[in-house]
Amino acid sequence: MSDIPLQAVLSQVMLGLNNGAFYALLSLGLAVIYGMLEVVNFAHGALYMMGAFGALIGLEYLEAWTGIPGLRLTFWWALLLVPLVVGAFGVLVEALLLRRIARLEPIYGLLLTFGLALILEGVFANGFSAAGEPYNGKPEALEGVVNLGFMFFPRYRLFSMLVAVLSCVAVWWVIERTRLGAQLRAGTENPAVTSAFGINVPRLRSLTYFLGAALAGLAGVVAAPIYSVGPHMGAELIIVVFAVVVIGGMGSILGAVMTGLALGVLEGLVKVVYPPMANTVVFVIMALVLLWRPAGLFGREA
Amino acid sequence: MKHLNFRIAPVALAVLIACAAATPAQAGPNGIRIGVLTDMSGTYAALAGNGSVVAAQMAIDDFGGKVLGKPITLVSADHQNKPDIGVAKAREWFDTQGVDMVNDLVTSSVAIAVQKLGAEKHRITIVNGAGSTALTNKECSAYGVQYAYDTYSIAKGTATALLKQGLDSWFFLQADYAFGAALQGDAARIVTSLGGKVLGTVKHPFPSSDFSSYLVQAQSSGAKVIGLANAGGDFTNAVKQAREFGIKQTIAGLLVFDSDIKALGLQTAQGMKFTTGYTWELNPETEAFGKRFFARFHAMPTMVHAGVYSSTMHYLEAVKAANTDNPEAVMKKMRDTPVNDFFAKGGRIREDGRFVHDMYLVEVKTPAESKSTWDQLKLLATIPGDQAYQPLAEGQCPLVRK
Amino acid sequence: MAALPQHTAARPQLAATLAHPAVQWFLLLLAGLGLPFLVYPVLAMEMLCFALFASAFNLLMGYAGLLSFGHAAFFGTGAYLFGYASKMLAFGPLASLACGTLAAAALGVVFGSIAIRRQGIYFAMVTLALAQIVYFALVQAPFTGGEDGMQGIPRGMVFGMFDLQGEQTVLGQTAPWCLYLLVLVLCLAGHALIARLLASPTGLALRAVQDHEARARSLGLQADRIKFWVFVTSAALAGLAGAMKALVLGLASLTDAAWNMSGEVVLMTLIGGVGTLLGPAVGAFFLRYLHHALAGLGGWVTVLIGAIFVICVLLFRRGMVGEWRAWRGAARV
Repeated sequence: MSDIPLQAVLSQVMLGLNNGAFYALLSLGLAVIYGMLEVVNFAHGALYMMGAFGALIGLEYLEAWTGIPGLRLTFWWALLLVPLVVGAFGVLVEALLLRRIARLEPIYGLLLTFGLALILEGVFANGFSAAGEPYNGKPEALEGVVNLGFMFFPRYRLFSMLVAVLSCVAVWWVIERTRLGAQLRAGTENPAVTSAFGINVPRLRSLTYFLGAALAGLAGVVAAPIYSVGPHMGAELIIVVFAVVVIGGMGSILGAVMTGLALGVLEGLVKVVYPPMANTVVFVIMALVLLWRPAGLFGREA
Repeated sequence: MKHLNFRIAPVALAVLIACAAATPAQAGPNGIRIGVLTDMSGTYAALAGNGSVVAAQMAIDDFGGKVLGKPITLVSADHQNKPDIGVAKAREWFDTQGVDMVNDLVTSSVAIAVQKLGAEKHRITIVNGAGSTALTNKECSAYGVQYAYDTYSIAKGTATALLKQGLDSWFFLQADYAFGAALQGDAARIVTSLGGKVLGTVKHPFPSSDFSSYLVQAQSSGAKVIGLANAGGDFTNAVKQAREFGIKQTIAGLLVFDSDIKALGLQTAQGMKFTTGYTWELNPETEAFGKRFFARFHAMPTMVHAGVYSSTMHYLEAVKAANTDNPEAVMKKMRDTPVNDFFAKGGRIREDGRFVHDMYLVEVKTPAESKSTWDQLKLLATIPGDQAYQPLAEGQCPLVRK
Repeated sequence: MAALPQHTAARPQLAATLAHPAVQWFLLLLAGLGLPFLVYPVLAMEMLCFALFASAFNLLMGYAGLLSFGHAAFFGTGAYLFGYASKMLAFGPLASLACGTLAAAALGVVFGSIAIRRQGIYFAMVTLALAQIVYFALVQAPFTGGEDGMQGIPRGMVFGMFDLQGEQTVLGQTAPWCLYLLVLVLCLAGHALIARLLASPTGLALRAVQDHEARARSLGLQADRIKFWVFVTSAALAGLAGAMKALVLGLASLTDAAWNMSGEVVLMTLIGGVGTLLGPAVGAFFLRYLHHALAGLGGWVTVLIGAIFVICVLLFRRGMVGEWRAWRGAARV
């Protein structure tokens, strides 16, 4: 490491935090869904992909599809609307599919969402270019780079980190500090008693899946201007995000966020020291953590 | 418990017998059958994929649909970029469907495997999609042709042109897999042989979505050129992110297709120089083919599509001239006859299977220069075939007597 | 046939004969021999390889209740090590198959000792993590040829007289019959081993553990030890399946070791019937055939496979064999 100057390390940490913010945002959604519904949501990557496609479709295709001239979703509208659409799709999935297997072992939820991910990926691969399409709707205000002293950092990426951090804080606040959050937590802890108190547990479950899916959709919209929007963009990410959630402790919100950021940074450093390992280091950490603390870093022992 | 599980055995047998009775006899047709084996749903679907099937069908139609008095038929399949799927499909085509020639073969791993199988089964394989030079070197085959391009020729064209401009220090971003290594190796050798310097190479996992870390490393190396030894989605993401980080160095894509430029958009890609075997903007002939293809496929052809058309035509001409579908005779005819069409002028197939034809150094137009959505490239220089490709003497093909 | 009504005197006798294990195996062998007449022989061999792979996986999932999401690691390791022994070390096919199997078994020991104490989702995740590390090692190892795969693995000769490469014509069907017989026999032998293991005291103990782990432990059963050896057996058989696939196709590639393959084997088992002896094989046959028949559909295959996954989980969790058995059981009562 001695031949790598401090400046380079700082830049890589910064880039790592940027990736970590995406991991955090995605694993947060996964953790919420698992924590509340006990579903290992393999379709999370597909929901993220849908978010990115939502932004792309809103910008490039909506006008042609609907035939309404001038109907385009700018980035800001997409940032607002697309997560809602993806969230609504999540509610449908929960109501039509996941609810039917809610009483079974969590393994079935994993298998079901795995199949769902395949369907979504396949549909988008057939409808759009498999190699990915560019999203050209980055707002003017976020163009350009900022001088951080040790590097030039794209303004948009700083914005994406801000969105991620704010969303994480907001979700944490909703779940830990609001009445709704308390109901959610109670609903998972003991559905029977909770519903005896007159709380609509099925609606809470829908809401949870809505929240998780919307977070994935949000991450997708934010990612669209950075990466090519392609049907396989989620599949490449989902396995890593899984590892993040497992390392953090399944269902732990704080764990998901912290681990996401930390692994992003770690990955960034590995990209300097031994780049080919970058995609695998997460799994080494995961294996080690599960040996040492089976419930993950922030999880409660079962 | 145990015997219960096995009760299914007699049923299985009965089903099999029933199916056997219903299965028609497998008789191979006598005409010429051409197979297009390609990636129809993955990363390379845009540059090869269904467009290659269309190109092959166009060639068959233009030829008249018949050769030696028998119909020409076309079969196609998706190999999903997996060599095991590709080789199983090709084997079945050869064994049961009487396929005489397989074309496209995008993805080096699939191409190498199927070319090997073709050599074993004595069937002709024409590679248009895959670029690995291994196909005409260690893995070369008497029944295999590599038609549209290879990593050597595209790396050489681009590297030479940039070095001439004084861009003599390079840093490579290389996809960490065999194809990326071949591309980087070829380019690095050419850069050093022309007096340039390679300041460093970073191997990134394949596929990757975030290249910022590698780009920042490349930036701080101080190299004048960042060479991208990757393809498809990796390439487009890397270019986009280089622009995003405001990287001022020259970005050199070593393997770029028209479809990639389309994916990037001219705004991002403008000014980029690369080497290709075909693009429709070159001359009236290439444009005519491009427009005919567009009418059928609603996208302009890539060099792979053009190569599939041209090579299928060449194959059919050779069958006609040899007056037989015997692969040895057809191969001999194909080697002996030069190709003169929109794709190649005086193109020839060498002993190692390399199809030698002119390559083109092109530059991506600025949005202002572009007159239509597909008007993307302008020609900078034509690289004559004998300079574009690796000389036979330097090759490692065992079929070439030295 | 076995589902015929049993009110005449002769029929129970027939049913009893048919139910005899030896007769059952013989019928399976016959069915296996008939397969190349129906489907393209190389496809038939591939189906058999995947049948063994799925059954090996099912040994773990169906009888030990452990969902491994990293079984591709064993399949891939078997394939690559077979290729290495056959191509680089010039071993014969049988010795090379043994190499692939042993390598996978050794890997199973490593995985098993790390993962076996975990359960449910955590077991799945640990095996996934370990398999990703193996995948990385295979990408980096010089002998694997990276994503080009290991190409041109020779098929060779068995005992110096059976040429696995050559083709023979039997009853009008031309196929590499020697190779086919070898694959068929090994596949059946693998299934026989699994059947035998399940019928043995270990198998009974395994079921006891799966039914109620705490009770089994209190009875003195060493649950972890039993599960560990079942895991290793499963890994070894998955390795054998991978090695056979490499033998048949003459190549080993990263597809064999990628996580999608781990998902594929779960699907095969699920479709065929988790915890049934022949279900996984049926599932493997069905899925491979589907892939093959629909290859021309391109991207829509993914959608279809995904839909089958979803439908299976929602409606047919017992799988084809499981549902059939349940339907027959219900019909009898």
